[in-house]
Amino acid sequence: MHELPVTQSLLKIALEHAEKAGAKQVTALNIVIGELSSMVDDSIQFYWEVIAKDTIAEKAVLNFRRIPAELQCMTCFEKYHPTDKELVCPQCGGVGAKIIAGEEFFLEAIDVEH
Amino acid sequence: MPESRRAYNIPMTQRIPIVENILNANDRLAEENFARIEAAGVFSINIIASPGAGKTSLIEQTLPLLKGKLRVAAVDGDIATSIDSDRAAIAGAAAAVQINTGGDCHLDAVMLRGALDQLDLTQFDLLIVENVGNLVCPANFKLGTHKTVLVASVPEGDDKPYKYPGTYRGVDALVVNKIDLLPYVDFRMDYFTQGVQVLNPNVTTFPLSCRTGEGLEAWVDWLIQNAKK
Repeated sequence: MHELPVTQSLLKIALEHAEKAGAKQVTALNIVIGELSSMVDDSIQFYWEVIAKDTIAEKAVLNFRRIPAELQCMTCFEKYHPTDKELVCPQCGGVGAKIIAGEEFFLEAIDVEH
Repeated sequence: MPESRRAYNIPMTQRIPIVENILNANDRLAEENFARIEAAGVFSINIIASPGAGKTSLIEQTLPLLKGKLRVAAVDGDIATSIDSDRAAIAGAAAAVQINTGGDCHLDAVMLRGALDQLDLTQFDLLIVENVGNLVCPANFKLGTHKTVLVASVPEGDDKPYKYPGTYRGVDALVVNKIDLLPYVDFRMDYFTQGVQVLNPNVTTFPLSCRTGEGLEAWVDWLIQNAKK
């Protein structure tokens, strides 16, 4: 839902780094999205096509690397992937878990041409 | 660069590693807001909830109970209208600022900064920020308040912690509103609590009813204790 400001931020970061490197064109953005981050790649793509127009990143391909949610039970230390109906530890039924992965949302790298 | 590439004018592709949090700009501004609120000696909360959970009702019921104890400023975020800030002003907020996001589904740190500019923070003990009704987006945009409070409500269903783990896990306090409706709806408090406990074992929970007033006292005490720290 808030993918517009997010996409604007994405463009800004990409352009800053591309300019710093003296690039002529940005060909790809490599974005990492964790399952728990509530970002929708389709809408980022949609906004991208509108806001990147007339910039050196206009033709850039957006590559999304998705990271599944992974929790670690703080009772038995089992690592598990939660489902949308069950968050408790599947091994011991323990509650109170640490999130190991799934909250990521960052720009990993850009590909540019000189 | 190999000579052959140069000769044919094939563009060179280079990968630039970045690893930058995409919401960095907002996070930095949130830190500035926090420093400003903290310097004024104000305790601040960001209230998030889905539409209709009872954010504004909670503020309305809370303000009279704080009368004479805390001086309160309210900042209300909505897509349109000033209904909420009007309600807060009527209920006894010493100052009420409305932010209309004009379509955005959440408040962000820039918007809160604009609202802070309209307030003399030194005149208050408690700043209540009421976010836009939405259970997804506000969780991603830090504002710079001391605590984030999530208002859940019984009719929404007991599966919400499972469906919105990111939101439930990022909050410091949880108000469960409309407990007067428990006899009438299929809300399993144990299933709900378990979902909350998994991801957020240290959250402070206040089951209450804005309609009957049950449970409000513990919530108000929590606000006063934090504001007097």
